[in-house]
Amino acid sequence: MFDWKWDFTFEILPRLLLATTNTLLAAGIGYTIALVVGLAFALGQRTSITLLTVAVRECVEFIRSTPLVLQIFFVFYVGPQVGVTLAPWTAGMIAIGLHYASYLSEVYRAGLDSVPKGQWEACKALNLSMGRSYFRIIIPQALPPAIPGMGNYLVGIFKDTPMLSVIGVAELLHTANAVGSETYRFLEPYTLVGILFLAISLPAAFGLRRFETWARRALGVD
Amino acid sequence: MDNDTHPIRLRETDPPAVRFSQVSKHYGDLTVLDSLDLDIAANEIVSIIGPSGSGKTTVLRVLMTLEPIDDGVIYLYGQPLTHMERGGILVQSSDAHLRKMRSDIGMVFQHFNLFPHMTVIENCMEAPVQALGLSKDEARERSMDLLTMVGIADKAGQHPSRLSGGQQQRVAIARALAMRPKVMLFDEVTSALDPEVIGEVLNVIRQLAGEHDLTMIIVTHQMGFAREISDRVCFFYEGRIAEQGPPDQLIGNPQNERTRMFLSAVLDAD
Ligand SMILES: Nc1ncnc2c1ncn2[C@@H]1O[C@H](COP(=O)(O)OP(=O)(O)OP(=O)(O)O)[C@@H](O)[C@H]1O
Ligand SMILES: [Mg+2]
Repeated sequence: MFDWKWDFTFEILPRLLLATTNTLLAAGIGYTIALVVGLAFALGQRTSITLLTVAVRECVEFIRSTPLVLQIFFVFYVGPQVGVTLAPWTAGMIAIGLHYASYLSEVYRAGLDSVPKGQWEACKALNLSMGRSYFRIIIPQALPPAIPGMGNYLVGIFKDTPMLSVIGVAELLHTANAVGSETYRFLEPYTLVGILFLAISLPAAFGLRRFETWARRALGVD
Repeated sequence: MDNDTHPIRLRETDPPAVRFSQVSKHYGDLTVLDSLDLDIAANEIVSIIGPSGSGKTTVLRVLMTLEPIDDGVIYLYGQPLTHMERGGILVQSSDAHLRKMRSDIGMVFQHFNLFPHMTVIENCMEAPVQALGLSKDEARERSMDLLTMVGIADKAGQHPSRLSGGQQQRVAIARALAMRPKVMLFDEVTSALDPEVIGEVLNVIRQLAGEHDLTMIIVTHQMGFAREISDRVCFFYEGRIAEQGPPDQLIGNPQNERTRMFLSAVLDAD
């Protein structure tokens, strides 16, 4: 039925495994950006400065309603026309990081909203500054309910890294494409890509669930 | 400058610890505080009683600066709290001014509002370290002393969720005291508690009252406690003080018709 060649499979495997590290790197960097910028987006929407709040909310809405692949193209190809030329990796990390920051900001926002108002009042009565109230009292309580959503987007960003191939980031799919166009064999490279994604996603999802339980306990919220 | 030979000046009397001067607060069309005037002397213990919605909690919340006021000025030891002086006139307080002023005020809430992700001792140490800049050792020592005073030192390492309501409220009192406030506000601190643990919290407040170095404002529905502990009781009605006086007079022999109605209703319920 399928004309599967084992020797060819083993021949290309090292190359694909190497590309897997790039995929993991891209997901890791992108997610780190998303975690930090997403928090800034979430906090930016909670300031008393109306203009900032509206600007951040519109920005988040805009990013959430347009496709990721378009955003990747935009940063990479439109950037140079306005004088910002970026390497594929840089452009890709900015695009995917901002994209997921928008989604994560909503997760953070829901978590922050779930902290009872009385916690803020206690902070104020104890004269804690705004920053310390957020980082020591409010955010630690907002995190546990946010962890499932954050985990979903970690798996999400990992599965979206192949989109970076459109601007030439040498992640898994890009490498499989290259193998295919060099050898005219697509069955093995694409199958391997699928298996590699599966081999990472499944344990990651399991690990995240364990982490969630652990984090809830460590933060004392259960 | 003849500083040494200045003429005899009239000595000002000490300003009150707290002064509400024509303070109003509205929520939309609802007037919650209506041109309220209230002076509380240093180390005085004042109880506030009154029907639901009369503005008792709001008085404490605006004094704690949890809510802004719409009119009037609140003073703390003669200094404007809700406002500050700029070129001879009073303007709205800046955040910095509020932070400086409210460090003299502590508040205990009906629902404790302990930090659930921190242990009892961490709850108490947090603000002394983060807001006052005490070292961890100093803060721990101070907190342990207070936890001992409220009788809960053996639970220092526990999370609040492991404690009974009465224990949690005693931690909340210790946590507020750890900031060394001059004025303590108590908002129905026993209302959320089971009857059998109310006494242990009231005992802590009694003990504080006995030490005579705190100004206390206590919102309560417990007439017996108010009568026993207060120097003065204020009866609130529709955002104003309808009647006030020494506890035996106000609770024992009220003059105002509304006070009488309110007291007979709550005393019947007991
Ligand atoms: N954030 C708010 N928004 C709108 N109305 C409010 C708000 N907070 C309080 N109120 C209203 O203000 C009035 C006074 O409230 P307050 O909490 O001071 O009453 P209280 O005397 O403490 O009553 P209780 O004995 O029930 O605690 C009430 O009618 C209440 O519904
Ligand atoms: Mg109240």
